[in-house]
Order: sequence, then structure tokens, then C-alpha cells
Amino acid sequence: MNKLPLEGVRIVAIPVVFAGPFATMLLADLGAEVILVESIQRFPTITRGYMPRPPQGLVPTTGDTFGGTGGIQTYVDHWAGERPWDRFVMFHALGRNKLSCCIDLTSPEGIDIFKRLIKVSDVFFESNAHGTMEKLGLTYDVLKEVKEDIIYLSMPGLGCSGPHKDCSLFGAQLQALAGHTWLTRYPDLDYTTTQSLLFHSDASAGATAAFAVLCALHYRNRTKKGQFIDLAQLETVVPHLGEAFMDYTMNNRVQEPTGNRHPTMAPHGVYRCRGEDRWVVISVASDGEWQALCRALGNPPWASDEKFSTTTGRLANQDELDKYVEEWTCCHDNYEAMYILQNEGVAAGPVIDQRDAYHDAQLQCRGFFEIVRHREAGTHLYPGMLFKMNKTPLSIRKPPPCLGEHNDYVFKEVMGMSDNEIAELEKEQIIGGDEYLTDFTF
Amino acid sequence: MPEQALSDIKVIDLTWHIAGPYCTKLLADYGAEVIKVESPSVGDPTRRMGPFFKDDPHLEKSGLFLHLNTNKKGITLNLQTSTGKNILKTLVEDADILVESFRPRVMPSLGLDYQTLEQINPKLLMVSISSFGQTGPYCDFKASEIVEYAMGGEMCSTGIDSREPLKLGGNVVQYQAGTVAAVSTMGALFAARAQGVGQHVDVSIMETQAGSADRRIVYLLGYACAGVLTTRWPPPREAVRMLIMPQGVYPCKDGFVNTLSLPQWWPRYIEAMEMPELTDDPRFQNIFSAEAGMEFDAIWYSWLADHTREELFEKFLKAKIASAPVNSPEDLLKNQHLRERGYFTEIDHPETGKVAYPGAPVNLTETPRQVRHPAPLLGQHNEEILCELLGYTREDLVKLRESGVI
Repeated sequence: MNKLPLEGVRIVAIPVVFAGPFATMLLADLGAEVILVESIQRFPTITRGYMPRPPQGLVPTTGDTFGGTGGIQTYVDHWAGERPWDRFVMFHALGRNKLSCCIDLTSPEGIDIFKRLIKVSDVFFESNAHGTMEKLGLTYDVLKEVKEDIIYLSMPGLGCSGPHKDCSLFGAQLQALAGHTWLTRYPDLDYTTTQSLLFHSDASAGATAAFAVLCALHYRNRTKKGQFIDLAQLETVVPHLGEAFMDYTMNNRVQEPTGNRHPTMAPHGVYRCRGEDRWVVISVASDGEWQALCRALGNPPWASDEKFSTTTGRLANQDELDKYVEEWTCCHDNYEAMYILQNEGVAAGPVIDQRDAYHDAQLQCRGFFEIVRHREAGTHLYPGMLFKMNKTPLSIRKPPPCLGEHNDYVFKEVMGMSDNEIAELEKEQIIGGDEYLTDFTF
Repeated sequence: MPEQALSDIKVIDLTWHIAGPYCTKLLADYGAEVIKVESPSVGDPTRRMGPFFKDDPHLEKSGLFLHLNTNKKGITLNLQTSTGKNILKTLVEDADILVESFRPRVMPSLGLDYQTLEQINPKLLMVSISSFGQTGPYCDFKASEIVEYAMGGEMCSTGIDSREPLKLGGNVVQYQAGTVAAVSTMGALFAARAQGVGQHVDVSIMETQAGSADRRIVYLLGYACAGVLTTRWPPPREAVRMLIMPQGVYPCKDGFVNTLSLPQWWPRYIEAMEMPELTDDPRFQNIFSAEAGMEFDAIWYSWLADHTREELFEKFLKAKIASAPVNSPEDLLKNQHLRERGYFTEIDHPETGKVAYPGAPVNLTETPRQVRHPAPLLGQHNEEILCELLGYTREDLVKLRESGVI
């Protein structure tokens, strides 16, 4: 039995919200021991809930006005319970395979314990607003004194230098700054209709951060040198929009949004299917694929019109073409349309919602969803691994940790504290789980 | 020049389009030696995709290709020929990693499946990037950016409720899949180095989206744990909202701004707008009131209309409100913050001269990204790789060329 790729690598993490937790999730999936350093004094807003103990009226229920925001503010079974921070869906989504301990980093003793933990770790990972670690006295220079080859990653929205480094931003704003909002719009409406529940910077920054840590670990393994990694989340989005950016630097052209259309493919878009709010997307990249589409649609008379026979013609007559295509899709279920079109070799697929994903044949066949049993939240099917490895298979080994669940393991086994020392520190509330919780500052 | 993090890694790159090349670009930019293998005379299809330098649709002038292939060496090889296959196998003997992004049946049909390559180099790490994965009922299906976003992403909730679902701008899904593929590649490299375990990594673009923190993962779990579905919202002007304060994209004097609110931020809005009278205004005592939100809109829209994006950015920054202008690519290039960080990189290329490219996605301070060379011309390094590395003579090259192998 092979070991997991990152077995033996210990990562101490203070990640907040999305991008940081995503990065550490990827590293934990690969087998790293990711220890979240949390707090029973200060509440991590958004990461473990929008408020420590939401009144039941603010816990969204199915079908209410907040329902459309999906899992973003949701508690398991719509019930916040006695320990809401252990039932918050967003934390669950990103918490798998990680451990949690609690240390009060606002006390000098807490800082001392934290440094002892760093001494036996490989990586320190934080995704707080710029300046947070400095206030705690936990800068790279300080931790480097504690552990010379430590790898230290910070990932504020705008990075660790520059005039706006203290600007605290979320995904929606980074998307606006990067030019991604600019490119995402219905061509006939203005930007106020660019509503999205999804911000690309969380994805790009999270994955890039995980990649950066792996690069630095690889370098350390062969040179014994650690380093500081300065990641600006904004700077991870811009390369993902490289062609729009370079159209400007090469041609002075400011690309305008094309909505669901494509500059060189037609038909290309989303088409209504049978049922309520059901859609299929179709993209045709070549004349060959166009002929395949015609076959799939049963070679209707309009399809033989000369003006549709070339890409140029199809691009010029898209409105008309889209109407014809939609006449066909309207008569089909979205998955049915996908199978008919794909069987002829046309790129097509349903616009799926969460329920569809859980029933999707491909995700099911590949075992994407995994069963997770959680102490406070019960048993559910969780989205699983982002990639498969044939000799070191990855999986959800541990459920998302409850707040302070691994205090004993971290303080005793990892750091070698005695029972007496632990009891003493718990009494002072420098360490300890939520059984010691009086109230959060919020 | 400082050493680079991955300078001891050798990669054979059989990828094309966007996802695969972005994965190998990350490896190359941080130091790996990446040999990109393209088909003779045709090359990577992105060479024929825009935007083109000065709108000249030339194989060596695609901005997309130039961006995606920095720091790689390029050779041409016809993998349909047995000589081409043999050359590839020789390269594999000495490589750490092979990345490919063909449809799943292609590598086996060429006799270049993992089982075969593993025989040649047991420590080889083979990474296959495909639309839906190497197995399963969709594995032969075709996809494109919009198909990947519809099936893996959150298209169902992108856009507004009275309209059709909307694709995200650009090709970000494929770039993201490439970034995740780079994580998987580096992860697997640790197993190869520490345990001598070579293996096959199967990256499905659909799963990189379904499992991604671009919130899809949260929404999926929200359904599993509480039965909630995401939907498209009305635009902010028409929406019933949760707070007094605004959330979303709003028009201002010279464009649009995005702002966000947390419940505890109401005093910050009062500060930013310099309207202390709102503090005691009886209409605004319950921040969770949707009606109060409607009342506030009247004040908010007219205040925004009096200010430019620049002014608003400064005001919100000072009040610690998360806000940003909706930038075009032109605005982005002028961004003072990025300029002072030295983000944008000019790269010289024989066909385009110096052009500004997107900068490094992350700064590894000891081992930063370096631009060692621009994207390769088609077959630019045939001689270097085949002659210097593999020992072919120049006469051999001529024959290989004549027989369509390179």
C-alpha cells in the first residue's frame, strides 16, 4: 500500500472564507496533515457562519427569499443547533481531511504555543487580510527565527505590497478589478444584471496557492531552504483572462462581452428545453460539427439553407439559427438533448443544478460523491476529489473537524505537552475547545 | 538569476487548447524544462485562435498561444508514425512527467497508454486532462467552455432570473482546470520522488469544476445537507434583499462599481457616504429590513451618480468596505497597484516584438517565476532536442522532415 503523496508534511493554517480553505483542502486531500489554528475567543466571520449564534429567523430555509443563495448561508438541516459553527455548510464543504485546534493568539502564551507548533511544521498558510499576522507578531521574519526552513504563504486579495495592499476585498470585487465582470454580461443589458453566485478568484487563487506551496516544498526538499510566498488573489485571475488582456496589449482592443455567444462558433449558446427553467448548451466549432448537428436534428428543411452552410454564414445569421435550434430543443428534456447531440458528435450538455449533479450518470459512475459521517451534522453525500490517482488513491479520510476537535492530538502528540500543562492552559482559556467557550467577540 | 523551484523537473507536454497548456505553463514558468510536442505543420490549434498580434492570423502571432506557452521548448512530432512514437518513447525514458489532453481514446489508439509508457519508465508520472475523465458514460463526449460551465459549474445561477443562464466571460473554466491539473501533477510528483511511485493521474475538467471552491462545492453540499438549490436572482434594483446595504453591481458617474456588505458594516456605509444623519434616522434602525433597503436605494443611487469609480474606490477603501470598480482590460493595465507591484511582464518574441503579458500568478520570493524564453515557434527546438539530446544528425533531421515525422 503506497503512502499518500504528502504524507509526513504538516501544514499549520489560519485560512478564512473561500480561497484559503480551498487551497488547504487540496493539500489535505493529497495527504498533508493540515492543522487549522482556530479560536474560542474570536469568531471567524463567514468561515464558520455569518454570526456565532444566528437567531432561527436568520437561518435560511428552503424556498424563502434567501433560498436562491443555495448553501452559502445554510446550516445542515436548516438548524443551527447548539454548536452552529460545527453545522455551517460552507465550512463543511471545504473542511474535509483537516484537523482543528484552538489557541488564543491574542495572548503571549498563545503566541508561544503557536511558535512551538510551527517548530514541528513544514508550512504556515494564512489567507487573512493583509496586516493581520503582523498585528499578532507572526510575520515571516519571526517564524523564520523559530523554524529556519519554514514555508510561509500569505494571500490577501491584493497581495503583500503595493499602495492598496490593505484593501480588504472578496471574490466579487476581485472579479470586478480583474476585468472578469467586464466580460460577463448579457450583451443587451448593463452590468447590474451580472449576477453571479460564483467568483472565479476563489477558485483560481485557491488552486494557485496550493500549487505554490507544492513548488516551495519541492524546492525545500532538495535545498533545505524555505521561503515566503506572496500571493495576490487578483493576480491569479488575470492570467486566466490572458487572451482578453493581450488583445488589449497587442491591438489596443477592449474586448466586449459576448454573453453566451462565441466570436468564431455558431450556433453557440443556451437553448430552452422541456420543463421549467431547463436548458441545454450547444457549441458548434466546425462545418463537420454543423453537419453533425443537422443529422441530430433530423435534417430539417431550414438546415439546408445555403446561408447556414459556412461558419461565416452561421455567425451572420445567429438570431435566426438560434430560433430554429430552440424549436428542436424545446421538445426535448435537457439530458435527452445532450445524448442525441453527443451521439452525432456535437458538443452539448445540460445546464445542471445541484439535484442534477447528484443524479448525474458521469459523476455517479466515477464515484465523485463520498459518504461522510460527522459528529454534529450526521451523514451526507459530499462532493469529493477533483482528480484521480491510480496508485495513491485520494478520498475523504476525515470529516470536517469540529471546532477544537483535535486539541488533544495536536497538543499532546504533535507538541508533546503534558496533561498538567494542558489543564493549566485550558483553565486560562489559552487553548481548549468550545466546552470552554464563554462568548465570541464578533 | 535565482534558482527556480522546479528546475530539476523534466516534462513532456502533449497538451493542446487551453487547460493542458496552462498546466504545463505553470510548471515551465516556475522552472521545469517543458518540451511541447506539436503535430508537424499544423501545431496546437490555439495557434489558429485569436486574438492575433495586429490582427494578422499567423501561426506564430496568436496571443492565446503566446500566453499559454511561455518558457516551453517546442518540437514537432507526428505521433501517427512509428518513428514519431519511438522518438516520444525515448523522451519518456528520461522524463519525470508526461501531460496530455487528448480525448481518452487517443493515447491508447496510438499505443501510448499509461501501461505502455510505465514499462519504459516506471517512475513516470502521466497526467491526462480530459473534459469528463478517462472513464464513465461521457468519456467520449465533446465539450467546450460553455459545456463545461453548464455541466460542472454554476451556470444555472449565473445571470438574472428573468433571462437565460449566462456563461462566465472568457475561458476561465479551462484555465482553472489547468491550474488544478498542475496541483495534481505536483502532488503526484511527491509520491514519485519520495516513494518511487509513478502513476496515472486522471483529471476530469467536469470534476475540477464540480469540486471547486468557486462555490460549486458549497452549493452541492447545501443541497445534500439542507435540500437548497441555487437560482438566478433578480438584478439588485428589483431584488428583495437581506440588508439595508447594497450588494452587487451598481451604476456610478463614469461606469459601474461592485460593493458588498456584512451586517456589521452599516456604520461604515454611513461614514463612507458622509451622512451621519442616517445613524439616528428612524427608517434605518433595523438593518435586516428589506423595506428600509428600498428607502435607502433612493439615497444610494443618487449618491453614486455623483461620484466616479476612482472616488468611490478611495472612499470605500477608507471606510473599510469591500468595493471595486468594474474594470475593462484597459483599466486593468493602468491599475496603479499592479504597476507598483511590477506585475505586468513584457516579453520579447521574434514575430511580435515586446508585448505586455499577464504577470506571475504568485510570487515565490526565493524562486520567482522567470521568463527564460517566449513561447516556441513551431518546431523551434527540433534540432536542439533531437540532435543535442537524442543524438540524431542533421541529415537525420532532413529525412525526418521529408517523411513527415517532424
